Amino acid sequence: MSTRRPAPDNLQPEKFAFTKENAKAINNILLKYPEGRKASALLPLLDLAQRQHDNWLPKAAMSEVAKILSLPMIKVLEVATFYTMYNLYPVGKNLLQICTTTPCWLRGSEDIVSICKDKLGINFGATTKDNRFTLLEVECLGACSNAPMIQINDDFYEDLTKESMKKIIEDLKNGKQPKIGPQSDRKGAEPINIKVQV
Amino acid sequence: MVKLFVDDKEIEVTDGSTVMQACEKIGAEIPRFCFHERLSIAGNCRMCLVEVEGSPKPVASCAMPAVEGMKVITKSDKVKTAREGVMEFLLINHPLDCPICDQGGECDLQDQALFYGRGKTRFVEDKRAVDNKPFGPLIKTIMNRCIHCTRCVRFMDEIAGVHDLGAIGRGEDMEIISNSPKGLGGELSGNIIDLCPVGALTSAPYAFKARPWELKKTNSIDIFDGLGSAIEIGSKDGQVLRVLPRLNEDINEEWLADKSRFAIDGLSNQRLDSPYKRDLKGKLVACSWEEAFKVLAENFKGLKSEEIAALVGDQACLESIVSLKDLMTEFNVTNIDCRPLLSSLPTDTKNRSGWLFNPTISGIEKADSLLIIGSQPRYEAALLDARIRKSWIANGLKIARIGGGDNASYPIEELGNNVNVIEHIYKNKHSYNKILDKSNKPLFLIGENLLNRKDGEGILGRIREIAKKYNSFSDKWNGLAILHSSASRVGALEVGFVPGNKGFNTKDIIDGVASNHIKLLWLLGVDDINLNKKPNTFVVYQGHHGDKGAEIADLILPGSAYTEKDATYLNTEGRVQRTNAAVSPPGDAKEDWKIIRAFSAFVDKVLPYDNISELRKRLANINKLLVIENSLIKGSVTDIGDTSTKLAKNLITPKNINYFMTCPISRASETMAKCSIAKSSLAAK
Repeated sequence: MSTRRPAPDNLQPEKFAFTKENAKAINNILLKYPEGRKASALLPLLDLAQRQHDNWLPKAAMSEVAKILSLPMIKVLEVATFYTMYNLYPVGKNLLQICTTTPCWLRGSEDIVSICKDKLGINFGATTKDNRFTLLEVECLGACSNAPMIQINDDFYEDLTKESMKKIIEDLKNGKQPKIGPQSDRKGAEPINIKVQV
Repeated sequence: MVKLFVDDKEIEVTDGSTVMQACEKIGAEIPRFCFHERLSIAGNCRMCLVEVEGSPKPVASCAMPAVEGMKVITKSDKVKTAREGVMEFLLINHPLDCPICDQGGECDLQDQALFYGRGKTRFVEDKRAVDNKPFGPLIKTIMNRCIHCTRCVRFMDEIAGVHDLGAIGRGEDMEIISNSPKGLGGELSGNIIDLCPVGALTSAPYAFKARPWELKKTNSIDIFDGLGSAIEIGSKDGQVLRVLPRLNEDINEEWLADKSRFAIDGLSNQRLDSPYKRDLKGKLVACSWEEAFKVLAENFKGLKSEEIAALVGDQACLESIVSLKDLMTEFNVTNIDCRPLLSSLPTDTKNRSGWLFNPTISGIEKADSLLIIGSQPRYEAALLDARIRKSWIANGLKIARIGGGDNASYPIEELGNNVNVIEHIYKNKHSYNKILDKSNKPLFLIGENLLNRKDGEGILGRIREIAKKYNSFSDKWNGLAILHSSASRVGALEVGFVPGNKGFNTKDIIDGVASNHIKLLWLLGVDDINLNKKPNTFVVYQGHHGDKGAEIADLILPGSAYTEKDATYLNTEGRVQRTNAAVSPPGDAKEDWKIIRAFSAFVDKVLPYDNISELRKRLANINKLLVIENSLIKGSVTDIGDTSTKLAKNLITPKNINYFMTCPISRASETMAKCSIAKSSLAAK
């Protein structure tokens, strides 16, 4: 896991404001928390800000959230730098997070990694020049029964093989939406060979 | 009550106690870094692990509630190994640079590594490196040493109420940072130096000055504000090197305000170390005591008693005030005053309620509503402000303010600047009356500055009536609280350093100096009055710093500062406390009362005390509580102030204070100058 700090000033936008729809969404989120506990909405609000802002969280967005929740900026900074699902640097349109923890590694995640690196021509932590792909190495994402797997933006792509990984990247490059979930023909995490009669 | 067993001993603790408290009750020592009695529980250092029967893993005793029938073991091999393990991890990224660390000798990590560590390291890899952070001119950071106990973060959040510090990142990359690049705000940040269990946060002005075991430690009290916080003065080679807080639950708990802690470098700058007189060209030249007294005696000669006046300043001690008063009485002088210009503080000890912080400082925690009038406790008494914040957090104290001021660390309902607000509340026509109706123990905090106006008596009288109406001015609960920002005022009022029969008050004296009616003016540490630049009056300045008072003086009698004398002070609640001399005064300077006593002998009007104990007997004659340390001189309920005085139109404004520069000592302090600059650049941002 790399050191988590806000992006340097030259990458930071000067301003951030929630869109009208998101401002409404914020009101709905705040309704979920009792009076006096509104600060608990920090996580969903940061997520909302990140989704609005090309999938990464600039300082301006953090201070906007701080203002909405009347929190000191440092409290927002603490949370944003703690949770790895907040991207503190600009990322490509497709954020590829490859799991390389033991189960995936045993099932061949090294191959998946090298295919991604070759096909995209970038290393871990880098973004392609056309700003379409960012590659990250992550720890276990909790889909070990479907190892090896990667997460692209919000979706899991599981049961990967060299071929299916290549195809996913091709599809993304061509602007097509690849199949989400297991790339094998099983459903979810059902046993591969044994068909249990119910 | 909960019954449990600690090391096979049965013990009863109150509900909600932690295992750590239970262990401590039987005397078992539990090592800890992150836990602190006055801060919230973090449970992140893991040093306080103990074994609990039935639990497979050791538990952190600071965060584990004591449960009925629990069996706790603090001295098993398992506990020992667990603590060794924790210590080993803590030391992995700790630089072990004790020889060059200022915390050495008083370091929790050092001590606990000695008693609970392994003695040998198995770690051969590289240690992490962390950038130092800008925490301002007071706090030096060496963040490599930080063990992330987060005590500093919790203190600033919870006690000081300044939300600048935080821990960002996670795991190995966690760092304590300040979100304010120019340094920490507030007036209490120095306390995180004491809280830091390692050498990550140390005192910047004290850096590399001394080791703790080299310091002579003197228990004393602080005189930079009206509270009289308990302090411990650390001195070496006749120089005061640092000041630390001492525990005093009634006043400062275990904290200390920044000025009290860091202004001490001013004690060695700008000092008056020899008597000075004006030569023929009007220049101040050093002279001997003999010559000085001769000049002074000559100037006293031939003067009528009404042509002589004396004033006392903010940091004068009771001993010197009483001897100056006695000297003036010998000369039949009644033009004496200790109150600021236009002050309408009562002068009779019967009306003590009119100058005391009657509900006491700890009494703030009993109050349920607080009306601040013309005061900014934050600058006038920083620790009292922390007490208000504490009460707001713990009891939901409702705070309102007349007169405005800077932001505070608690929410304030602003009632405006208009003096009519007081009139309206008095006449039951203000919305604040509704809050008072519901309040059982209202507290009225009155800044001393509020009474320094022509209609001061009218204001005081009306507040008295308001308090009376809401059962807040009785012997059971006296919610009238006058907050003084000076350490001498209450004491001086108590011993009656106020105009006698036909005597002039401060305003009259200053006018008298201007009109040349007053021929001789004795200033006992008075630096904040505006005289003409060089009046014709012969001005004697007795004090310890070459500040504004010395500038206009014709004769300077060098006295001693609070660290150099055994002296009595009364704090704003009327609590009798004493300083103890840690070092001796510089050069020819003497203890103040001795100067006055020596001069009285010089002019054959010998004051009847030859030593401090005889002088204290004189104090006891005035009020026998004055010689009983820590006794509280209480006020009784009398009709202070005067409701018939009409209120003037001027707005109520709190005293305009640069917190870091309020007295000769702090004005002479380099550290305070740096703080002042840092603060103004923070404000400019």
